[in-house]
Amino acid sequence: MKAAVVVFPGSNCDRDLAVALAKITGEQPAMVWHRDVDLPPGIDLVALPGGFSHGDYLRSGAMAARAPVMRAVAQAAARGVAVLGVCNGFQVLTEAGLLPGALMRNAGLDFVCRDVALTVANAQTMFTSRYDAGETIRIPVAHHDGNYVADADALARLEGDGRVVFRYAEPVNGSAHDIAGIVNDAGNVLGLMPHPERLIEPEQGGTGGRRLFDGLLAALG
Amino acid sequence: MKARVTVHLKPGVLDPQGRATQHALAGLGFSGVTAVRIGKIIELDLADGTDAGTVDAMCRKLLANTVIEKFDIELMA
Repeated sequence: MKAAVVVFPGSNCDRDLAVALAKITGEQPAMVWHRDVDLPPGIDLVALPGGFSHGDYLRSGAMAARAPVMRAVAQAAARGVAVLGVCNGFQVLTEAGLLPGALMRNAGLDFVCRDVALTVANAQTMFTSRYDAGETIRIPVAHHDGNYVADADALARLEGDGRVVFRYAEPVNGSAHDIAGIVNDAGNVLGLMPHPERLIEPEQGGTGGRRLFDGLLAALG
Repeated sequence: MKARVTVHLKPGVLDPQGRATQHALAGLGFSGVTAVRIGKIIELDLADGTDAGTVDAMCRKLLANTVIEKFDIELMA
């Protein structure tokens, strides 16, 4: 699996993602700057990291979603290349229109930074095949704008098509339908607020995030 | 010329900041505030002759997220 990690000004989880990907794939991912207009050839996975791209100016992810590299990311997504957006990466994917809805200020207004319980709502995606459907896992979150909002039609489509992949199993941020992560219609673009890259090895307090990357490796070779 | 863009949350979209502000006003003794909605104002200095359609395109492409927000444009000489 050849992976690329996109780096925006203000990304701060890009190296965490790169370490996780290198550990699991045995290959260093390419680090791609937001001004680059092309992704490296033969990429199987593009990862958009957490952080505070452009200082969250205007709206979280708004500036990054209009970065030159995002045109290449959208084209890759349309070709079926796997795209993973974590936290700010999820915000960027919604702002770019690659995923529906929007991520608003947490309902409690607090920045939430702790481990939360998640339910795996769909274990049949390329991202979740190493989890069991309905399984509860604990993964860290660290965000201010994770309150998922979409109109009733969009929520009905997400639910009807099984595109809600992770749900909070406890109150976190006020997200509609407790949504923590969703995939696009084709199933190759996942956005989620929790940080699986922070739970790869036992020394990090658990390995609940590792299986997401293991599943991708199994799917993408 | 200038334009003033006002961005609001769409009706029906919950505004946690507005609600907290409403509670704070009540805490200060201002009774009768039934809702607070927080938006933003964006002031643009523009080349003379810029038409409303161009500003509309700016709003749709960047200044507002039309999934959750609506916007009003006021052009000023």
